[in-house]
Amino acid sequence: MEIGTLFNLSILQATIRMATPLTFAALGGMFCERAGVINIGLEGIMLNSAFWAVFAAYFSGSSGVGFLAGVLSGMALGAVLAIFTVKYYADQIVIGTGINIFGLGFSAFMCQKIWGSRGASGAVAGLPSLSIPLLNKIPYLGPLLNNHSILVYLSFLAFIFSHYLLFHTPWGLRLRAVGENPQSADTAGINVHLYKIVFVILGSTLAGLGGVFLSLAHLNFFAWGMTNGRGFIALAAMIFGKWTPVGCFLASLLFGFADALQMRIQTLGILPPQIILLLPYLITILVLAGLVGRATPPSDYKPYIKK
Amino acid sequence: MRFSLKKSPSHFSILPEIIAILLAFFIGALILLFSGYSPLVAFSALFRGAFGSRNAWGQTLTQATPILFTALAFLLTFRAGIFNIGVEGQFLMGAMASALAGIYFSGLPAPLHIALSLFLGGAMGALWGLIPALLKVYLGAHEVITTMMMSYIASYLTSYMVNYPFKAPGWVAQTEPVAKTALLPKILPPTQLSLSFIISLFLSLLVSFFLFHTYLGFQIRAVGLNPGVAENRGIEIKNRQILAFLLSGFIAGIGGGGEILGVHGRFVDGFSPGYGWDGIAVSLVGKLHPGGCVLASILFGMLRAGGMTMTRVTKVPLDLSLIIQSLVIILVSAPYFIKVVILRKKDF
Repeated sequence: MEIGTLFNLSILQATIRMATPLTFAALGGMFCERAGVINIGLEGIMLNSAFWAVFAAYFSGSSGVGFLAGVLSGMALGAVLAIFTVKYYADQIVIGTGINIFGLGFSAFMCQKIWGSRGASGAVAGLPSLSIPLLNKIPYLGPLLNNHSILVYLSFLAFIFSHYLLFHTPWGLRLRAVGENPQSADTAGINVHLYKIVFVILGSTLAGLGGVFLSLAHLNFFAWGMTNGRGFIALAAMIFGKWTPVGCFLASLLFGFADALQMRIQTLGILPPQIILLLPYLITILVLAGLVGRATPPSDYKPYIKK
Repeated sequence: MRFSLKKSPSHFSILPEIIAILLAFFIGALILLFSGYSPLVAFSALFRGAFGSRNAWGQTLTQATPILFTALAFLLTFRAGIFNIGVEGQFLMGAMASALAGIYFSGLPAPLHIALSLFLGGAMGALWGLIPALLKVYLGAHEVITTMMMSYIASYLTSYMVNYPFKAPGWVAQTEPVAKTALLPKILPPTQLSLSFIISLFLSLLVSFFLFHTYLGFQIRAVGLNPGVAENRGIEIKNRQILAFLLSGFIAGIGGGGEILGVHGRFVDGFSPGYGWDGIAVSLVGKLHPGGCVLASILFGMLRAGGMTMTRVTKVPLDLSLIIQSLVIILVSAPYFIKVVILRKKDF
């Protein structure tokens, strides 16, 4: 087998596509963790947004409405996570697990009810792709970066926006203070609970966009469990990226590449699919064990109880 | 600093849990109403399917058994301050080891063959738990992520094994059947309920005794409650955490083995609908106490067994059970929410 059949332009294009849901979800997870909440529920949030996006697009005939529905669904589950963990001190990992099970159960329930099959929904029109005339003129980079779904470019914007917000605005500074040392943040007059709630919702909304990408850009329908562990891979990307937007973005590209490679190897039939499918998880363990052995999260995940 | 561990939670009230469960069913009923089903018809079919007859009870307890194993496994690590959410992986690896032992050992008398197969299942589960334990203790890798990843690896690895090297001839991805001498006796024919259920009950007692009446169990709880104080008292935290992981993996592995030798008779690809994940929920609903786990596992067994009848009779999608489970998990884990919003208590 020639290496050229594995590594060519199309696999790099696929990398950018497969990195998109991870970028959204990893950035989302990062905002939650910066606010001191570990978001195990990314998977369920993505899945639910993927479902609602298709649901709304199917019945309205507009992918824009679908997009909005996906965003709202992310916000809603984010609000559940935020309010239960921040206001009522519920365990973050348990609520996250609950959200994952809910996402799987609810989307399958509705899919069965509406389309008569819990496996897949009816087809919808996806979100449009963006063709940038000037970009085409650039060799190599042009074909690589052009003609992707509009959500791909939105994920780039989300990455830049996240970096700016976190490190170059007073809100970002306060958010970091809230996560790292809620006591002092409170003393300094920051409304700790409000910051936590707002940023957990923001983070979950971003994760929801990752789900929307899967159902309105990657495939143009909803499929049972279509997130397929990407919420967990995004968590790993976030840790690998050391809880910074740049890190999250680069790690998502790396895992996106692994995903693209995995799909390519699978079509070529070189290895049994199960072995390829477990590779990203194995790599994540190795990464956690070696490269980021002493990864220190930006907070201790404890609920902040106002004195 | 005073160092005291109470034998049971100080205010042992199950009122918030009961309200949480009722609330979960209520929200489930609303979802049914809005999607055009009758909650009354659906729920009565669910309860009939779970408790309506001797067979229904058998099905419920059969479904409860693997969940009780995984709940006990999760409980043990949780008491040591570890979030082992990879019970599913330990369960699957144990199931595979037991299946292979059941197939490839021959000529053993039945009790010995069963014991050996279950033990190997437990050992494999413990090994699968040891990896994240070592990663946590020596490299500081957060166990929530590593155990989750290990679960996915186990799921793909076992799937690979039954699809390729150990696949029995035929269309279904499954191993050869285990030897007759490795099969656990059924205790309520014609249902699938097997000796595995009795073993799980016995293990509940054992775990309870271990945690609350032995010095080692006390040390494990001390590490979970306050590692700083435990360390000052000379408890070797790392050792105790590794021990908790090993015991947890062992119990989950036996659970997997029990499922293979008791119900399926062979490893079938995808035989676990997520028993490991259920165990986490059951453990929490059971207030992290073995006795509570027994009751909560029956609740979840009811949702699974009754859910199947509900789907057959009323055409309500089986996933309603999942929705109710997730609501139970979310609501039970937020006792303050129940106390403040539902019971209108000011102080919590």
